[in-house]
Amino acid sequence: MAGEAHTSAEYIKHHLQNLVYGQHPDGTWGLAHSAAEAKAMGFWAIHLDTLGMSVLLGVVFLYFFRKAAIRATSGVPGGLQNFVEWVVEFIDGSVKGSFTGRNPLVAPLALTIFIWIFLLNLMDLVPIDWIPGLMGALGLPYFKLVPTTDPNATFGMAIGVFILILYYSVKMKGVGGFFGELAFQPFGKWGMPANLLLEGVNLIAKPVSLALRLFGNLYAGEMIFILIALMFSGGAVMFLTGGVLQWAWAVFHVLIITLQAFIFMTLTIVYLDMAHQEHH
Amino acid sequence: MNINLTLIGQSITFAVFVWFCMKFIWPHIVHALDVRRKAIADGLAAAERGKHEQELAAKRATETLHDSKVKAAEIIAQAEKRAVQIIEEAKATAKAEGDRQLAAAQAEIEQAAHRAREQLRSQVAALVLAGAEKVLRREVDAKAHADLLEAISKEI
Repeated sequence: MAGEAHTSAEYIKHHLQNLVYGQHPDGTWGLAHSAAEAKAMGFWAIHLDTLGMSVLLGVVFLYFFRKAAIRATSGVPGGLQNFVEWVVEFIDGSVKGSFTGRNPLVAPLALTIFIWIFLLNLMDLVPIDWIPGLMGALGLPYFKLVPTTDPNATFGMAIGVFILILYYSVKMKGVGGFFGELAFQPFGKWGMPANLLLEGVNLIAKPVSLALRLFGNLYAGEMIFILIALMFSGGAVMFLTGGVLQWAWAVFHVLIITLQAFIFMTLTIVYLDMAHQEHH
Repeated sequence: MNINLTLIGQSITFAVFVWFCMKFIWPHIVHALDVRRKAIADGLAAAERGKHEQELAAKRATETLHDSKVKAAEIIAQAEKRAVQIIEEAKATAKAEGDRQLAAAQAEIEQAAHRAREQLRSQVAALVLAGAEKVLRREVDAKAHADLLEAISKEI
């Protein structure tokens, strides 16, 4: 919505604002029509765009893979099955390479993370004004298309992974074993406070780094797309430069979105592997 | 960029998706892959076995062919030997038969000659006797000289 009435700052802010649904301070429920309104809603509000796109893309992913799974034949595979099998084998190879234990959850978890995050990131390649423009025409004040540029989404996933890390740490090592791992190394039992601090930071850093790495990369990428889009209103030369830049950045971004999905998946596998291992 | 309920919603969504994937997608596909992998392995093993068997069969066929050739040669040699033998036997039999027939013919000829001679002799004797009788009819009593005549005819 790069209308003439908007300044550059407004344009950028507009693109970075989620579609928030929550309770207004006056007690009514509804959409927030400005960043200030959204902030006033506090914690008990949801980002309709983030959740909507997440669910939609997740369902798309599950629909196609489920279709392939139902029709999965051990004979000659069709095109969809071929693709799905290729992905599954790739994930399976990654899991077998990094995960030493036996856990039927890890591989499907890795598959879901990889494809889902890839699809969420892929939305970054949609020209940034299309969907917000369309939604604006439908009467929605904001629409942020890429869920992974919303820390709620990345932290949501990272928290899911973190819960699994805690669960399997306790399950495999027992509460005492897990606590021992946190408290009695690296400095022995007399250094317990220092140990707890170090290992605690180490533990917390896992989900935080997962979430922030993904969010940071995609947020920065989105920001660059927005800045490039600003050039389109700066005359013919700027327009052409912007077009070339946008194309170049999009090509580069294909690498980034795949890589970020892969990193999130691989680190999840590695963290769960660490959770499964007895410490020596 | 406020942290809000979206965080929890996203976590729940994530959990549901992972659960669905684990329950309804992953096992099916991995199963299909495993089955196909096994089928391919079996097929390759079967092909290997078939090739091996084919090699064995070819070897056996060569051996059988060789045996047959040797046996055929043996049979031919035997048959030739037997043929020579049969010819020899036939020759011998024919020769013996010829000899026998020759001997029989000779014997018959001898016999016929003997018989003819005997006949001739008896005829000559009869003729002589008849001549002598005619000569002596008048003077010689047949009775008186019968003994003499008898003796002569015996002598002849």
